Amino acid sequence: MIEVSGLTKRYGEKIAVNNLTFTVKPGIVTGFLGPNGAGKSTTMRMIAGLDKPSAGSVLVNAADYQRAHVPMAELGILLEAKAVHTSRSAYNHLLALAQTNGVPRSRVAEVIELVGLGEVARKRAGSFSLGMGQRLGIASALLGDPQTVVLDEPINGLDPEGILWVRNLLKGLAAEGRTVFISSHLMSEMAQTAHHLIVVGRGELIADLDVEEFVALASSNVVQVRSPQASQLRDLLLGPDVTISSTEAGLLEVRGVSAETIGDLAFEHRIRLHGLAVQNASLEDAFMEMTRDSVEFHAHTDDHTQALAQTAGDPR
Amino acid sequence: MTTAVTDVRTESSVTPRYPGMKVTQSRVVKSEWTKFRSLRSTNITLLISVVLTVGLGALISAVIASHWDTASASDKADFNAVVTSLRGVNISQLAVGVLGVLLISGEYATGMIRASLTAVPKRLPVLWAKLGVFAGVVGVVAVISTFVSFFVGQSLLASHNLDVSIGSSHALRMVLGAAAYLVLVGIIGMALGGVMRNTAAGISSLVALFFVIPPVLDLLPKSWSDNIGPYLPSNAGDAFWGHPTGAHLSALAGFLVLCGWAAAAVVAAAIRLKERDA
Repeated sequence: MIEVSGLTKRYGEKIAVNNLTFTVKPGIVTGFLGPNGAGKSTTMRMIAGLDKPSAGSVLVNAADYQRAHVPMAELGILLEAKAVHTSRSAYNHLLALAQTNGVPRSRVAEVIELVGLGEVARKRAGSFSLGMGQRLGIASALLGDPQTVVLDEPINGLDPEGILWVRNLLKGLAAEGRTVFISSHLMSEMAQTAHHLIVVGRGELIADLDVEEFVALASSNVVQVRSPQASQLRDLLLGPDVTISSTEAGLLEVRGVSAETIGDLAFEHRIRLHGLAVQNASLEDAFMEMTRDSVEFHAHTDDHTQALAQTAGDPR
Repeated sequence: MTTAVTDVRTESSVTPRYPGMKVTQSRVVKSEWTKFRSLRSTNITLLISVVLTVGLGALISAVIASHWDTASASDKADFNAVVTSLRGVNISQLAVGVLGVLLISGEYATGMIRASLTAVPKRLPVLWAKLGVFAGVVGVVAVISTFVSFFVGQSLLASHNLDVSIGSSHALRMVLGAAAYLVLVGIIGMALGGVMRNTAAGISSLVALFFVIPPVLDLLPKSWSDNIGPYLPSNAGDAFWGHPTGAHLSALAGFLVLCGWAAAAVVAAAIRLKERDA
């Protein structure tokens, strides 16, 4: 479990992470989603205690990570930039890390096999491809059999087979009751791997919701209605679960009512329609919309749905 | 609140199949030893420092012996058989100091430091272990190479009966002092690497401290250089292993001054490591 509260990181004038609060729960894969530069890596470095927060705090497995007796059993982390001395062999790199926490050599051999680096373990890490480097990073994260696993962009540089492997590995780790927190800037990848999402933009929390909710919101249709009697139609459609926005006169974008219902309602009230079209947003579109002007949406856990609805239904 | 937390812990706890053990200083030392021995460049640099110490000492001893008959009176007066055989240390100190810088700056350059500090989040044990392993290795290598230098040098000087025995006055102190000097230069180099976190900046500051500032100081008014000069690291080192001339400190004072430099550099590196983002 990772509990982040009020986490803030300033570099001089620039605010990289602004008052982030969220909890990453055990037993599921949680995705950390945001465009590049949204503060994901900075947040992950603060979780690992590498960067000191300007304000706020982080608890890993309900404790201060700096004071952990066996740090590698609490947290395993892969950071975006390779954290490997290029002149050392993969085996010696892992062995040196293992020795600090009294992890036996047999475990070093085991993680090397687990990530499929058995044949190159004695070669210089500097000669590794991006994908092999990523596998080595995952191996070091798993060395201490940690309760919490944090991986920054783990699928970067992996081939399709490698991506599938990581996806299954992460799901397996979560199924064992571990906390799994992975960052990505690709919504489509997260939709297939994660169960829950923390979405950030410009260092601020945009949404904290299950992937299912996100998918439901993204795929709930927006109906575009064109009518010379738009305002009359608007009054008829308004209801508790209905969102209507308008970008130009005579054009409504309606969310929460099906196209059929709108057509029937217009017919019954003798309202002329000049257009009735259903728009489907892809996951990636929905994510882009959500984070595009992220500073404008100070959404909290409770009203994230509204924020999302506003964004998706209000293209500018 | 307490109950809630306990519940979550029970629910989320995974029984580790490979229970690691508490991070201790000795485990971190073991890890740093693995890091140290697994870099080829480290071993090569150490070998270079041995070759420089012994080789240059032998070369200078041979040249002085062969030119002895034509040497000036002042050269003859300045001659010290022990210092002559140890002259290689003046150059090999650079190899040792640079290696010290590299052992830390290399971790920053490659990003390895983030892995090291995540495994040991208290951080300082990593610095102590690095210093301990490096000082230990350099100590062993330096003692061997200064003794070899001494005996090789004396055997070359013996052709003109210029040699002294290890039992002669100050000889043992100077041979061991030269080894201690190399260890302290290595520690200062390593600490500078930790303060600068950058190879070029670390090496530049090391070179400035040992090779640039001393000659620059000689250009200043004599009252200045006489007062400050003896306290520079290289001159403090000369006081306990080199040629005791001029406005020098006593051997013990020189040793303590250089230890002070090393301690100050280590404290600066420790503060920087503990306080600054990695």
